[in-house]
Amino acid sequence: MPVAARAAALIVAFLGVVGLGIFVAVYYIGAATTQLPIVHYTASSGQVNVVLQEDAQNDSATRPDWVTYYTQDPATKQWLHTTLFSVPANVKVNVTIYGYDGCTPLRNNYFSQVQGTIGGTVTVSQFDQHGKEYVTGKKASVINSWSDCNVGHSFAIPDLGVYVPVASPNAQLSANNLCSSSPCTPSGNPYAVETFSFMSPVATGTYRWQCFVPCGGGYLDGNSGPMGTLGWMMGEMDVVSA
Amino acid sequence: MSATDTPAEADASASPERGHGWRLLAGWIILSVPACLVIWFVWYPHLPPGRMSDSAQHQQFDIAVLAVTAAPVVIGVLLYFAYVIVVWRVRPGDESDGPAIYGNTKVQATWIIGTTMIVLFLFVFGTVELVGPAGAGAGEGPSPIWKLTGTNTAAWTPAGNDMLQVQVIGQQWAFTYRYPQFGGMESTVLDLPVDTPIEFHVTSLDVIHSFWPYLLGVKADANPQVDNVAYTTVKTAGGFVVRCDELCGLWHGAMTSNGTVLSRSAFQAWATGVRAKEQAEGVLAALPPYALTYDPTVIPQLGKNIVQIDGITGAAGYYYGSSNPVTP
Repeated sequence: MPVAARAAALIVAFLGVVGLGIFVAVYYIGAATTQLPIVHYTASSGQVNVVLQEDAQNDSATRPDWVTYYTQDPATKQWLHTTLFSVPANVKVNVTIYGYDGCTPLRNNYFSQVQGTIGGTVTVSQFDQHGKEYVTGKKASVINSWSDCNVGHSFAIPDLGVYVPVASPNAQLSANNLCSSSPCTPSGNPYAVETFSFMSPVATGTYRWQCFVPCGGGYLDGNSGPMGTLGWMMGEMDVVSA
Repeated sequence: MSATDTPAEADASASPERGHGWRLLAGWIILSVPACLVIWFVWYPHLPPGRMSDSAQHQQFDIAVLAVTAAPVVIGVLLYFAYVIVVWRVRPGDESDGPAIYGNTKVQATWIIGTTMIVLFLFVFGTVELVGPAGAGAGEGPSPIWKLTGTNTAAWTPAGNDMLQVQVIGQQWAFTYRYPQFGGMESTVLDLPVDTPIEFHVTSLDVIHSFWPYLLGVKADANPQVDNVAYTTVKTAGGFVVRCDELCGLWHGAMTSNGTVLSRSAFQAWATGVRAKEQAEGVLAALPPYALTYDPTVIPQLGKNIVQIDGITGAAGYYYGSSNPVTP
């Protein structure tokens, strides 16, 4: 083979390897660093109201079958497909979570216990798809995910000692009627509403939060997938200066 | 040396070189002795992982001994390099060959005997330091060979030499701790009593984690469905941090928890209080019976596999039912 042809072949092979490397970098690293919107909650009278919902599916084009959290923009009331939000430091954080996903047993039922909230409790209401409220404002310090099929997911900020099981709609009443189009709305869907409060830390910084229910359907033992991806079942709470 | 010299002639002609050995030996002693003294008396008290537990103390001692053993070797090698570069460097205009090397029995024997003694010493020393402190704080698997001395009791009390059992449960991404001698209560913090033999049972509910309370000198892999036993005795009251030391997913780096070493009476008050609270709130009843390992796909209280409960079927993840609109 002439020298020129060998050189050309080498150059082509080199460019091929470089191109493959760039593709892998852009496809995986680029996807991993996709910028998620951050929802900023501002305090009023020393309190801030964070509103989330968890759905069995989502409205993304890439992973429509992944379970996910949505975060409500306080200004527009629009649901944003993100799990990043910020709150001021040292304020009372009132969290409302709409649970539209069905029940799933916790892997470690210890996390059925409510921890780190003010009063050590949550308040739960459950509705059927017709809007009938069959559990109203029930205060609970434990929502047993094993004996009753009442836990959909969980909301935990381990660094703050906050561990909250999030109620699902009643398993019997919601069978085959779960919301199937995200972001979900109360109309025509069974759901649970859970509220609780905790104090944001004095120290500013980023605090990760996550779900402890192994809800990555399709992945071994429910791990990975949405369980291990920002913007789905885990997120970050930025604590900023008040 | 000319090209016609014999080895004997070469040795004879090289006699002025024999002073190099003594010079090197003197330099080696002059540098090694203070280095070892500095390591032992200045570094040793500050070496990781500190002196919070007996296993940590042993590890600190081990590192100090290894450093004192290694320092003369390192100094000898570096000193010889420096000596060669300075004394036997090529001078300007000198283009002659160096003397031929025919070996030196004395040097070779010294090197072989010296390194053999060091290796054998480290073998014996390492074995003693592994066996003496009951596994040196490392996970020994489900059937530990070297056990810590202590009384195994069903209920731990501050009096006597009761062994405290603590089960460490790893899960993406948090550690929790069960205390079987306190009704199987569970906690997100690892509180321990001082001067008490402690038996950790380390396991995982999902992937492989590693239980690493650095200051306690304990490190044990947390494998799903495996009971990995490690021992220590905490010597100093205070706080410590537990880290995961096995890459276990996105939040591996944030998989930490806090622990506190309390007086025996304070620990008993804490553990009894947590037990009472969890009993009153129904948490103890919600927990599975204490076991050395857990199958995350089975709910023990119901005696059923999760896939049999409430129509939750199928999927590699086990957890999504056929009624779910997006069953994978």
